[in-house]
Amino acid sequence: MVFKKIFAMVSLLVFTLTACDVPSSPVSPESDRLVIYSGRSESLVGPLIEQFEETSGIQVDVRWGDTPELAATLLEEGDNSPADVFFAQDPGGLGAVIDMLSPLPEDILNQVEPRFRDPQGRWVGLSGRARTLVYKTESLSPADLPDDLWGLTDPNWEGRIGWAPTNASFQTMVTAMRALWGQDQAARWLTEMLENDPIAYEKNTPIVAAVGAGEVDLGLVNHYYLYRFIQEEGESFPARNYFMPGGGPGSLVMVAGAGILKTASNSAAAEQFLDFLLSRVAQQYFATQTYEYPLVDGVVTARELPALAELNAANIDLADLADLQGTVALLRETGVLP
Amino acid sequence: MTEALSTLRRLLLPASRQPGLVAGSKRRLSSLWLASLAVAVLLLLPVIYLLIRVLQADAGTWSLILSSSTLATLGRTVLLASAVTLASILVALPIAWLTTRTDLPLKRLWTLLTALPMVIPSYVGAYLIVASLGPRGVLARLAEHAFGIESLPSIYGFPGSLYVLTLLSYPYVLLTLRAALQGMDPSLEETSRGLGQGPWSTFWKVTLPQLRPALASGSLLIALYVLRDFGAVSIMRFNTFTRVIYVQYKSAFDRASAAGLALILVLLTLSILYIEVRTRTRASFERGATDGGRKPKVVSLGRWRWLALFFCAGIVTIALLIPLSVLFYWLVRGINAGETLLPLWQAAGNSVLVSAITALVALLAAIPAVVLSVRRAGKWNQLPERMTYTAFALPGIVVALAFVFFGANYAPALYQTLFMLILAYLILFLPQAVGSLQTSLLQVPQSLEEAARGMGRKPWNVFWHITFPLLRPGVLAGMALVFLTTMKELPATLILSPYNFSTLATRVWSAVSEAFFAQAAAPALLLVLTSSLPMALILFKEQK
Repeated sequence: MVFKKIFAMVSLLVFTLTACDVPSSPVSPESDRLVIYSGRSESLVGPLIEQFEETSGIQVDVRWGDTPELAATLLEEGDNSPADVFFAQDPGGLGAVIDMLSPLPEDILNQVEPRFRDPQGRWVGLSGRARTLVYKTESLSPADLPDDLWGLTDPNWEGRIGWAPTNASFQTMVTAMRALWGQDQAARWLTEMLENDPIAYEKNTPIVAAVGAGEVDLGLVNHYYLYRFIQEEGESFPARNYFMPGGGPGSLVMVAGAGILKTASNSAAAEQFLDFLLSRVAQQYFATQTYEYPLVDGVVTARELPALAELNAANIDLADLADLQGTVALLRETGVLP
Repeated sequence: MTEALSTLRRLLLPASRQPGLVAGSKRRLSSLWLASLAVAVLLLLPVIYLLIRVLQADAGTWSLILSSSTLATLGRTVLLASAVTLASILVALPIAWLTTRTDLPLKRLWTLLTALPMVIPSYVGAYLIVASLGPRGVLARLAEHAFGIESLPSIYGFPGSLYVLTLLSYPYVLLTLRAALQGMDPSLEETSRGLGQGPWSTFWKVTLPQLRPALASGSLLIALYVLRDFGAVSIMRFNTFTRVIYVQYKSAFDRASAAGLALILVLLTLSILYIEVRTRTRASFERGATDGGRKPKVVSLGRWRWLALFFCAGIVTIALLIPLSVLFYWLVRGINAGETLLPLWQAAGNSVLVSAITALVALLAAIPAVVLSVRRAGKWNQLPERMTYTAFALPGIVVALAFVFFGANYAPALYQTLFMLILAYLILFLPQAVGSLQTSLLQVPQSLEEAARGMGRKPWNVFWHITFPLLRPGVLAGMALVFLTTMKELPATLILSPYNFSTLATRVWSAVSEAFFAQAAAPALLLVLTSSLPMALILFKEQK
């Protein structure tokens, strides 16, 4: 009988707690709070959003998640989406919901170079990231590393390369290959790479970890993850970035960006938020805290990084990087993706 | 001898599984059906959503869904699910028996520690295993240092997935088995011993057959869990069905293909359920009505206790201590490097709150379907209980998106509230409560209920005063299972929770995904710690 008493008490407690809790969760669609769906993680951009709340006095509600999951959520919500802003990790995520985004004002768009924003002005880049090679410093030096992506198809690298074919940044790089080299050459590169038995990881972080642990010698990644590892494990972390001098798709510069939903109930605050993310303060935060490239003029890049202009980045129009479907189809055809 | 035993069983146990003997059962039947159906309809929401989405598929999508690689993926997935289930039983059966029936030293401690690996989210578990046992992990370096072994065999692919998923999911079958062992009628075993059967033969011929419902429901939970797991297989790089579904969402933003593939997963679940129901026996597992809840005799392990201790300690070491040590190492390294840790009390509070509510709601929602399936004969009465499993093999993201679709468009007032989040949890975890409850209810003598009803008590009164207290092992095991899995749930929590609502699991995820290992270690350790407190309460309660 004691058991039943305890059970009844727990039930009572739980129901009281629920009763207190449910009304406090904001459900009113008319609220003046700014709703952000953020595909960038709280540990990276949480402090920025807090700062925006403090300086603007606007209260912000954030839904944190992975960019693709949030894009799927927005698509399911359709016109009934409570979101005002979609802050995405990559242009692919923004592209997936492009029909739901409204054109941004010129004064926001013009703060970044045309190559870092949607050609039709529906989203704007907020920080830059470069494709790079991360290599194991214990056994390799820059002299051993190839000039460009084709060098990686050399049999010498068999079983020594890590990549992340399901990852959005990797796929954008393949889109760039298709745009710059043509479909056939891109397919050839993928096929020749497969012959080299690259090791597929889920995303960039485990690749950098694997290179640091010596599990693979090289990894195709975005540049900024390495600096998190160095911060965490110290300067002795045995991996470094190598920006391939040959340029091309292997040195592609991509952006994380944001757009405002057509159905936003709070567009003014949403624009204010994008303005803030392009402000000197926020851009400086990206440069020093997340080791990304600031995209507005006059903000200094972290000293660990080569300047954006020094990267032999491919000259490519963002409009040419929009065809994600074509890239996924190619990855399937070549057997890179299941 | 076997014949003698089965005669004995017939004599000892009333053959009481005949429906509709008592007046008033008709009314109970209909209210039971109504309640079960309400729950079952809720559980069908994700399937309805998938049907809506798959109807939008074009020809290209269909050729992708029905390609030969889909078949290969299906084969791989079934292979992994079977292997994990088998391995889990091999781990769980000895532990369940040792901690319920023997004089194993520190029994309560092992009971608690062996159940805990389940709260480690699978992506974290897999990451930690790679960090410790991977090609250049801590252990591999140790081996290189001490024995000059250059490289351990690779843990990626099938072996790694099997290893990680077994260690994270054997507690499903462990908890259901423990509940069954505790609710089992000891007189059968005693009689068997009295008839001159040895302990081994008694175990194989008497105990094990009585554990069949528990083994079946526990195995079902594990097999379906493996079907839907994404975290472990993605880190171990083994292409299961769920991983392919995720690729549709993550890479192609292709909801129609994902829905088609997910429906195949539902079909696979239904066929597993069909096979499972076909192998069920109509045998009775009830206790004698007059045994007064007698406890079975404690088996003295004698010299074997060292081996038993070694086994339990070994499992706890590889499933819990090694992962926790890596976390602890990350934490200390981060603190030494001057990282400041974010306060976590609110996240911990949220985790415990929603998990406790979900455990309770799942229990209540499970009761009607379970009573219907156990107490009423006939195929149709099994249906609601079976239906609760339909969506159980679906990856969390699919269930979450189904709720986004229905919530945002048809129930905006409930959308992104705790209420809706808990409904989603219910779909994801209800079968865990159903399985444990069913195992226990099969052991409760119906003659007791009938006697009470004969004395003029109302059905609900009988259930609350007679049946429910006897269900204790199953109730506790079911609530524990739901509680622990809700603690670590990620995809639905991220998408459906109220804004700014973080749990320990979302904290871990947010930090791990950006390689903030110290930031991830603190909530992960707290996740294990906060789960162990209620677990301790529940498990120690059960031993009274």
